[in-house]
Amino acid sequence: MTSGQADTRAGLMRSTPLRSAPLRRAGRPWTATLLRGLLFLILGLFVLYFTLPLFVMIVTSLKSLEEIRQGSLLGLPQEIELTSWATAWGSACIGVSCHGLRPYFWNSILLVVPAVVISTAIGAINGYALSKWRFPGSDVIFGLMLFGCFVPFQVILLPMAITLGKIGMAGSVSGLILVHVVYGIGFTTLFFRNYYVAVPDELVKAAKIDGAGFLAIFTQIFLPLSIPVMVVTVIWQFTNIWNDFLFGVSFSQGGSQPITVALNNIVNSTTGVKEYNVDMAAAIIAALPTLLVYVVAGKYFIRGLTAGSVKG
Amino acid sequence: MPVLQSRNLYKDFGAVEVLKDINLSIEAGEFLVLVGPSGCGKSTLLNIVAGLETASAGDILIDGQIVNDVAPKDRDIAMVFQSYALYPTMTVEKNITFGMRVRNVPRREREEALQRVAKLLHIEHLLRRKPSQLSGGQRQRVAMGRALVRRPKLFLFDEPLSNLDAKLRAQMRGEIKQLHKRLGATIVYVTHDQTEAMSLATRIAVMSDGKIVQLGAPQDLYDRPNSIFVADFIGSPAMNFISGRIQARDAKPVFVADHDGAPLALPVDHYDFGGDFGGGVEGDLRDGQELILGIRPEYVTSGAANHHGAVSVDFELVPSLMETNGFDQHIVFEFCGAELVGRFSSKESVEVGRPHRVHLDLSEISLFHAESKVRL
Ligand SMILES: Nc1ncnc2c1ncn2[C@@H]1O[C@H](COP(=O)(O)OP(=O)(O)OP(=O)(O)O)[C@@H](O)[C@H]1O
Ligand SMILES: [Mg+2]
Repeated sequence: MTSGQADTRAGLMRSTPLRSAPLRRAGRPWTATLLRGLLFLILGLFVLYFTLPLFVMIVTSLKSLEEIRQGSLLGLPQEIELTSWATAWGSACIGVSCHGLRPYFWNSILLVVPAVVISTAIGAINGYALSKWRFPGSDVIFGLMLFGCFVPFQVILLPMAITLGKIGMAGSVSGLILVHVVYGIGFTTLFFRNYYVAVPDELVKAAKIDGAGFLAIFTQIFLPLSIPVMVVTVIWQFTNIWNDFLFGVSFSQGGSQPITVALNNIVNSTTGVKEYNVDMAAAIIAALPTLLVYVVAGKYFIRGLTAGSVKG
Repeated sequence: MPVLQSRNLYKDFGAVEVLKDINLSIEAGEFLVLVGPSGCGKSTLLNIVAGLETASAGDILIDGQIVNDVAPKDRDIAMVFQSYALYPTMTVEKNITFGMRVRNVPRREREEALQRVAKLLHIEHLLRRKPSQLSGGQRQRVAMGRALVRRPKLFLFDEPLSNLDAKLRAQMRGEIKQLHKRLGATIVYVTHDQTEAMSLATRIAVMSDGKIVQLGAPQDLYDRPNSIFVADFIGSPAMNFISGRIQARDAKPVFVADHDGAPLALPVDHYDFGGDFGGGVEGDLRDGQELILGIRPEYVTSGAANHHGAVSVDFELVPSLMETNGFDQHIVFEFCGAELVGRFSSKESVEVGRPHRVHLDLSEISLFHAESKVRL
């Protein structure tokens, strides 16, 4: 009896909002459209705001110096000229040598690839050990690594310079690689540890009983699981190391400098006329690899950042 | 020689004592089931036996050898985990043969073992699939397969069926029992499930708070629980408990239930007091000492049926709740200030609120000390 009454009462309550719904819907068409329009307008403005600099760079890099001097900043080039790109890549003068960015581009590749690979590999092992092979003090170690992520570049410049000098790696590419690896380990460890924490401990236990040891479990069970977090880490490290200027300018010299330092030297060269088109082309060339990485692996990046657990 | 022994085993995690003086001895071919409430240390015990955790004190012996410092892989054991712990990126085949590949078992031997197990567990058609493409029951079989390829001395199962639905669980239970029979394997098996424990075990160990409180054959535990804890834990619906006191009447012991109205006397002179009760009330028992009488629901039946010979009493009781499960019905009565659950045939017509004649068969009761909760 009582439950029946409750049912009818609930039914009555349910019917009230239903009746008022059409009223609200009647007011919908124009306000909703207006709001939607406003939303798109704002989004559109943001798109403009972010793409305008890129647009200006591309457009400027395709113009001749003559045209840059006369025309407006936003105007399309009357005649597309690729000579500034060729100059930036192959013959722009950096200091006394005039070989363009090309040698420095390769410098950066030679620097970034090992630095990314090594820091990612160490981060993976660290994350695995700190999440699945805990030992007394492992949490403290992880805490310190986490802390390392928040240490600004500038703070470690001096101690790092001294250290590099002491171990005889000052001014060398391997020294710069070491700097990036050391600085990056905090982040890579954090990424991998947080990813592996979500992997059930019983997987490790089962593998131990199956007879696998520390490394076999890592390579055969954990690494195959790690593709998403690996992508995230690689993108993160690649972008940071490729774009780094401060370490590059501080710890490398002469011909072994990375592309960011070379770009700075091209743009800031004081001799002769300022070649804006070459500067722009050079800047775009320097940024291309990171852009490419995002375009190729961007969707994994988002997925990897949001992916929490591993399903069995 | 026992396959597995644990001697004075202790384990603590910092301040928490999880295992306290565990002594066990398991012979070849035994199926020992560990039961106990959540957090009582069952998984910890299994992990120590497997070598995945180290004990704080005490020894684990496998085949008479102390293995405290032996790595899990060298203990010749296999373990099935509650969550199955299948390697997610490997196919079923790779999952099952992982251990053999790690141990560099030759390919032909691996192949043979795989086929044997696949056939045994009916998973031949699943070998190329990844764990994520399997149903719960299939995963469970694969987990079992990973243990069975090895022919170890000892199998450890940690609640392997708890993730399955009731029907599948019953089916897998049957299959595990079959496997045990066919392989003659020695098994230690953790479960929360009554039916699983009763039907699979050759012996059951009931654990509570890090201790083994009773160890024995399933029927023994059921008929003669050594404490209220075990009595309450084993059997579903649980045993009924009636508090009261023991008294001597005409040199015969009777149990007088705590009752608001007239004293309610139940004859208990057939009970095996083990010398405690000699003619009068003497020995360890004082006249009027408080006791608790336990009676299983299946001994609380309808008074309408015919009964012969048993020591029994009949009461007129009012049902307050009933639960039907097709085969029989569980009726809850109000009795001496507590609930009394009876197991009635489903043919019996019982109505909530209408007094019913209830028959208490006292031939299989248990008596416990009210204070220590220990069986007399
Ligand atoms: N690594 C650990 N650190 C601290 N305490 C732990 C740890 N592992 C287990 N415990 C504690 O030990 C006790 C026993 O845990 P255990 O997992 O053995 O229980 P269980 O009997 O298997 O329970 P369940 O039936 O829920 O699986 C629990 O109180 C638990 O909190
Ligand atoms: Mg457990």
